[in-house]
Amino acid sequence: MLKLKSKSQDALLFYILRLISILVIGLLLLIIYILFKSALPSIVRNGLSFILKSDWNPVEEQFGALPFIFGTLVTSVIALVLATPISIFIALFMCEYLPKSISRIVSLLVEMVAAIPSIVFGLWGIFYLAPFVKETLAPLLKNYFGYLPFFQGPSFGIGILTASLILAIMIVPTISSISRSIFELIPQHQKEAAYAMGSTKYEMVKLAIITPSISGISSAVVLGLGRALGETMAVTMLIGNSPSITKSIFAPAATMASVMANEYTDANTPMHIASLCYIALLLFIITFLSNLIAKTIVKKLSKT
Amino acid sequence: MNYRTIRNIKNQFFMMTVIMSAVLVLLPLFLIIKFVFTQGMSSLNFSFFTEIPKPVGESGGGMKHAIFGTMYVVFLGALLAVPIGITCGVYLSEFRKSKLSKTLKLTIDLMSGIPSIVIGIFAYLVVVIPMKSFSALAGGVALSIIMLPIIIKTSEEILKLVPDHLREAGLALGLPRWKVILFIIVKGNLSNLLTGIILAISRASGETAPLLFTAFGNMYMSYEFNKPMATLPVQIYTYAISPFKDWQRQAWAGAFVLMILILSMNLFARYVFLKIKDKKGN
Repeated sequence: MLKLKSKSQDALLFYILRLISILVIGLLLLIIYILFKSALPSIVRNGLSFILKSDWNPVEEQFGALPFIFGTLVTSVIALVLATPISIFIALFMCEYLPKSISRIVSLLVEMVAAIPSIVFGLWGIFYLAPFVKETLAPLLKNYFGYLPFFQGPSFGIGILTASLILAIMIVPTISSISRSIFELIPQHQKEAAYAMGSTKYEMVKLAIITPSISGISSAVVLGLGRALGETMAVTMLIGNSPSITKSIFAPAATMASVMANEYTDANTPMHIASLCYIALLLFIITFLSNLIAKTIVKKLSKT
Repeated sequence: MNYRTIRNIKNQFFMMTVIMSAVLVLLPLFLIIKFVFTQGMSSLNFSFFTEIPKPVGESGGGMKHAIFGTMYVVFLGALLAVPIGITCGVYLSEFRKSKLSKTLKLTIDLMSGIPSIVIGIFAYLVVVIPMKSFSALAGGVALSIIMLPIIIKTSEEILKLVPDHLREAGLALGLPRWKVILFIIVKGNLSNLLTGIILAISRASGETAPLLFTAFGNMYMSYEFNKPMATLPVQIYTYAISPFKDWQRQAWAGAFVLMILILSMNLFARYVFLKIKDKKGN
């Protein structure tokens, strides 16, 4: 009797645990469903060409997401190009060049960057990074690379470059902490083998650490990309929010996340709201896919 | 110059690059902390904590309402996320190999990757539209979705560290499995689970994007869960993009308070985690 009772109690607990777990999975599905449902009017009207149209004019009910997709991709890619080498280097610095006790402190400091709220990055960006870009960095770049179309035009401080810089600072912790955990998986004897061949430290790092970790590093980069794509506040405060496609990286632009943050509360026509939800859905899908890709790479790695 | 010196130069050069990049990463951190501290300290005064904003043009006033609002909204979020999160963490640590566990793990990985602004829009659609008003509750719902993956992940990690022989000892005494789970595994690790919650709270307190169109914000003290409520990050945002010097000054003070709050919670939680892992590792 007693045994039977405890068995049914066990079963009850399992049901509760399982039910709540299913609820959480359901929540993710609900998010997808609700976004899709709210975006439906715009999906029906604009179809997939929404992605390719470049007019965004809520007053005339013209909705095309290309300027925002452009802004999101350009800022994220510049941020990745800047952040990836630096993140890998700092991960190597922590793993190979520092004694363990100091390495812990450095890693704590890097993780602290990740803990700073994005609104603080934005605030700092407005009052310090933007003037720095306007007065120092932009003239410098124009001076040396002014013949390239990307570095032409006036700089107002806020714009693609400033937003990309702040994004780069923000995604370094993501990429470096994952790269570091991958470098730590490298067996000691592999490094020793490289030394035994007479390698210098640089050659050892290249041969025994970087080369076998390439796929792991790429998953770290994709995860960093996911973070950069969805970052909202700091970018909104620094990109200038003008839905235009320009060659110059000094010019203001807008991203998918920033247009939502700026226009959602002011949107009053149903089609405007639906189009913003469409953008939200697209952003969701892009980040979803990039995270999924990164996870699959990691999964494959842990199997081998 | 022979081949060997070239290799040595390359080696030295690489080391310099690595050190330079470490400096490059830590420099913005120090700059941000320095600026927030100097600007924040000089802008902070006692009335920041005790007064609500004055009308535009009058100087002075504070962010009492936003500090209270942040605590209120985060508390609402935690109220929703903590029980669900810990339950899922228990499920993941106790039933590691089940199919549902794997799906749940993938779910929370993907959920933690959702841009926070999208979560804000979701909360707007499911809470604000039916209630026909911006509300603290909607903000709480949005923050709970942000906290959920963090709580699940940390509690799973902590509970996984509980050695199997403790579970077996409980079962060997004839305890039913639910008692082992509740009274040995969960109860024995309550304080450790709390650090996961603190980590989630520290993350949620700094979030702005999900609160923009859920909790929305106001300029006075509000205690009602179904009305708009000011929060520290949104208030900083409003003030930061305003043209008024006095408001910008207050934005710095707000950022200073927020940073202190978040970094201390975050560092505390990380410190405890390191200790747990060290202890269990040996």
